[in-house]
Amino acid sequence: MTSLERAARPAAWAEPAAAVRFAQDAWTVAEAELQKLAHDPTELLTRAVQPVLWLLVFGQVLAQARAIPTGKLGYMDFLAPGVLAQSALFSAIFFGIAVIWERDLGVLHKYLVSPASRIALVSGKALAGGLRALVQAAVVYVVAAVIGIHLQLGVPQLLGVAVVVVLGAAAFATFSLIIACLVRTRERFMGIGQVLTMPLFFASSAIYPIALMPTWLQVLAKVNPLTYQVDALRSLMVAGGTATFPVPLDFGVLAFALVILLVIAARLYPRLGM
Amino acid sequence: MPPIIETDLLRREFGSVTAVEGLSLSVTPGEVFGLLGPNGAGKTTTIKMLITLLPPTSGSARVAGHDILREPRLVRRSIGYVPQLLSSDGALTARENLDISGRLYHIPTAERKQRIEDALAFMGLADVAGNLVRTFSGGMIRRLEIAQAMLHRPQVLFLDEPTVGLDPTARRTVWEHVRGLRDRDGTTILLTTHYMDEASELCERVGIMHLGRLVALGTPESLAADVGPTATLDDVFTFYTGGDVDEGGTYRDVARTRRTARRLG
Repeated sequence: MTSLERAARPAAWAEPAAAVRFAQDAWTVAEAELQKLAHDPTELLTRAVQPVLWLLVFGQVLAQARAIPTGKLGYMDFLAPGVLAQSALFSAIFFGIAVIWERDLGVLHKYLVSPASRIALVSGKALAGGLRALVQAAVVYVVAAVIGIHLQLGVPQLLGVAVVVVLGAAAFATFSLIIACLVRTRERFMGIGQVLTMPLFFASSAIYPIALMPTWLQVLAKVNPLTYQVDALRSLMVAGGTATFPVPLDFGVLAFALVILLVIAARLYPRLGM
Repeated sequence: MPPIIETDLLRREFGSVTAVEGLSLSVTPGEVFGLLGPNGAGKTTTIKMLITLLPPTSGSARVAGHDILREPRLVRRSIGYVPQLLSSDGALTARENLDISGRLYHIPTAERKQRIEDALAFMGLADVAGNLVRTFSGGMIRRLEIAQAMLHRPQVLFLDEPTVGLDPTARRTVWEHVRGLRDRDGTTILLTTHYMDEASELCERVGIMHLGRLVALGTPESLAADVGPTATLDDVFTFYTGGDVDEGGTYRDVARTRRTARRLG
């Protein structure tokens, strides 16, 4: 066989079916992120400092003040799921920075010129963002246990929490990815990231019950996926915690938000390669 | 033999600027083709259209028998691309980087592992395969990137400024490996460069771009002969792009090249 004949030869292996390719490609992207974390976990560990402060400082002070009525549930028990959701949100919302960085380096282009579909690429990123949050969740659990929060440690509850954390963080990581595709520079992203996190956080039931909010804020809270994440966590994570909405609805809202965000992100992702 | 790359009046505008203007070009299978030109001539924009990252404003192109607009996935399956910037992930090891590339093209596991070991040996990276890429020298990174882009044995390899920022020894090594790959796999190679020695050394045919247009096309020897009996490719370059050559591209170009150079150096 001459070299020219070899060049004209098609790929010597059959490609798997589209659905299998999607799953494999998404996992390839996610696993690369996890490998990077395994090589250098410092970023993840420093991000864990913030939720610890919320629990130890903010939580303790407000619990002492008894300023926020949370029914039979103690304030610390009320707050812990909120802090878990918040820590996942804060690490996920800056996920887009890493993607802009990858684009500036050129690493991103390697993925975009591969045959992997755009939806598989962004799904892999979202999955990585979701799985990263599990590490944060573990840190919050340890701190919560140490300061005497009444955690539910049954396997179904823990699994439920893991799924909610991954779904929520994946959704916010994808949201972050969308912003990255739109602003395309790190400087602009930093500004917007700061502007977005606080409203998302405060317009949710993370640190106070929705019932306490003025009506306009209640409306915002009810369209905020973070509210549903916190709501599900509140019933699954702490003993005596109750959800405001049916828990299947919480899961449904998070999954729906994730899918919509992934579809938008997949459309915008190629802009980063231009 | 039908051309493996064929463009027809390919054109790309960015706002009011026309980066590539009516480019019609064809590249023969197995050829090493060089796109030459100063910064801002439209070389990278051309490559980005051919590898389906950037849609043309008008015109069309076929790569490895597939239309870049209608069959982008089939084009992507058939090509490899090494960007001017960095494409290997510094936070991963060389072997992990290669594994990602192999998996994105769904090379079966056993075959993939074999190819990765072969590629590491071929590129002289076997001893450092388990090290993080951020510890590599510029030349090693380039060789790894080329190995990644070649793992699925693409029919066409696109190299955008393959040796920018490398020292002379590292450049020679990269050239040798590019030639070695071409001889081994018969891959068609389209590279961009603004180094004339690189073009004379590697390319069988070159096209000179200037302000988005193809202003000259031929073998390095024939182009030189057209300009004068003792002309070099350098003279050809100055002849076609000289006079009104801008001073080294835009701020963005300079920032990019320097950043790449710093990272690779």
